[in-house]
Amino acid sequence: MELVQNFPFLTIILALFSGPLCSILKSKAAKWVNTIVIALILVMSVAVLIFTIQTGEAYVYQMGHFSAPWGNEIRVGILEAFMAVFFCVVMLLCMLGGRRELAEEVEETKQNLYYVMVGLLLSSPLALIYTNDLFTAYVFVEINTISACGLIMIRQNGRAIEAATRYMIMSLLGSGLLLMGICYLYDLTGHLLMSNIKEQVALLQQSGEYHIPLLIAITLMSVGLAIKSALFPFHSWVPDAYGYSTLSSAAILSSLVSKGYIFLVIKIFYRVIGFDVIRESKVINVLFVFGVLGMIFGSVNAIRENNIRRMIAWSSVAQIGYIYMGFGLGTTAGMIASLFHILSHAATKSMLFISASGLTDVSNHDTDFFGLTGSGYRNKIAGVAFTAGSLSMVGIPLFSGFISKVLFASAAYDTSGKLIPAMIALALSTLLNAIYFMKTVIRIYTPSHRAGIETDTRTIAIREQPQKTVVLVLFIALNLVLGLGSQPIVNLLTKGLEMFG
Amino acid sequence: MNISNLINNYEEAVAMLLFVIGFSNLLLQPNLIKKIIGMNIMDTAVYLFLALKGYIEGHKAPIVVDGVQSVDAYVNPIPSGLVLTGIVVSVSVSALMLSLTIRLYRRYHTLNLDEISTQLKKEGL
Repeated sequence: MELVQNFPFLTIILALFSGPLCSILKSKAAKWVNTIVIALILVMSVAVLIFTIQTGEAYVYQMGHFSAPWGNEIRVGILEAFMAVFFCVVMLLCMLGGRRELAEEVEETKQNLYYVMVGLLLSSPLALIYTNDLFTAYVFVEINTISACGLIMIRQNGRAIEAATRYMIMSLLGSGLLLMGICYLYDLTGHLLMSNIKEQVALLQQSGEYHIPLLIAITLMSVGLAIKSALFPFHSWVPDAYGYSTLSSAAILSSLVSKGYIFLVIKIFYRVIGFDVIRESKVINVLFVFGVLGMIFGSVNAIRENNIRRMIAWSSVAQIGYIYMGFGLGTTAGMIASLFHILSHAATKSMLFISASGLTDVSNHDTDFFGLTGSGYRNKIAGVAFTAGSLSMVGIPLFSGFISKVLFASAAYDTSGKLIPAMIALALSTLLNAIYFMKTVIRIYTPSHRAGIETDTRTIAIREQPQKTVVLVLFIALNLVLGLGSQPIVNLLTKGLEMFG
Repeated sequence: MNISNLINNYEEAVAMLLFVIGFSNLLLQPNLIKKIIGMNIMDTAVYLFLALKGYIEGHKAPIVVDGVQSVDAYVNPIPSGLVLTGIVVSVSVSALMLSLTIRLYRRYHTLNLDEISTQLKKEGL
């Protein structure tokens, strides 16, 4: 065993322990510990990624002294390592981008507690990515929920606390269903390790026994995780939770928290149940329908919204719909498209949140649509980043959003009955996206004197906010990398997905 | 599908019933304390289900006494372990929900989540 193979486990432990450490440190020290830990985890994840690409196969890392059917284990392949690297990059950028807002909106004495939550939060997507044990996954799902709730409520106003409560209630409903599903599956198969469950499920499928309980288990787990990742009918908490929490929280929640759950869904489909069984079970058709509805409904609500942050949050609902629609196509190409969209959405949505806050900063902190008139001139880098993010979301070539739309469309082409609904939904959703994003971009580049609207006249130059500028430039670069260098990434995802099951 | 299966496995049926009761309470009750109670009922129902799955009639708790190590003497210990983990999770989640409830009550002097939302809209925050 090589040293690198220990890194996945070490990254999880490091993230977990950085939390308690931050609780006894002063805010400033906690801030640095947190940044260094995330950077260290990023370096370790890159090492793991290089290792898995070199060996070209997934490896199993045994936890403790008990071997396969009894013990707990970690399984690492290209897809897992790549996701870990990407999540760390986005996390680091989100934390750096929202630092000033955090200092302004949260009391000095409580800022170190924020980093406790961030440490815990980072550990849970990592664990969800790497673990090969279903019950461990459940425990980290709960850790994710609790720390995400902390991230929302750290801003101590009534709105944030109410949003956190609503978020908790929906999440608890989801995790209750997930736990019930896991218990059902344990009852049916007698295993908790994912690979062992898959063998047993294949046997059950062959013999045709326990068909209905298996279907119920799949449904419970899918619905539970769909609630937690805010798929369309369960999205009610999203606009408040993303709209009223502090900036870093909103960026992290939209780009990482929901994506961790979605990755677990992929894992359950591929590694626990097996994709063929899932396809036969027709659960994916339900996901397809709700994904398509979410794409339309989220965009329609975003058009009606006047608050820019809530508008971006509604757009998240639509993008989650895209991802579930990709699952619903029921092909490997659809899954690849969904995986790519996870990356694309994470990179774009956090950039939009951070640049939108840059725009409201020069508009008397007015989040209202008309208050933003001309703000693109007053804060240039935020305006450019918001425009880039909008173009990516709409799906203009060069940017990552275009590639994911192309992938979705070509994946839909290979399916039999879902081509027409998927194409209509894609076209309609792109049109709606264009309406609300372009409307905002035009608004921020309308000179306020010409529009006849009194706005803030303050400007923020690029050199006054070096940190935010760097973060936004890196985000734009990340988007362009995903958009222009998509083929190697898609190849990597395809190869990773092959060794994933 | 016959009714005798349901009667023979009445324990599981009770667990499911409790789960549904807890789930609908958590979803539909406007009162925050009742929501938390519903959540606890839901989680406990899952533990009941798990404990039933690990129980083997006539076997004892999996603690080695008098050197008896035969598999036939003890019940399956894994579900009990899962229940313990689950209890830890649900305790911490309950504590978090209760602390949120206290925060909201101090601010708005009501436990009704819908009323809190109406008050927030009036504040126009």
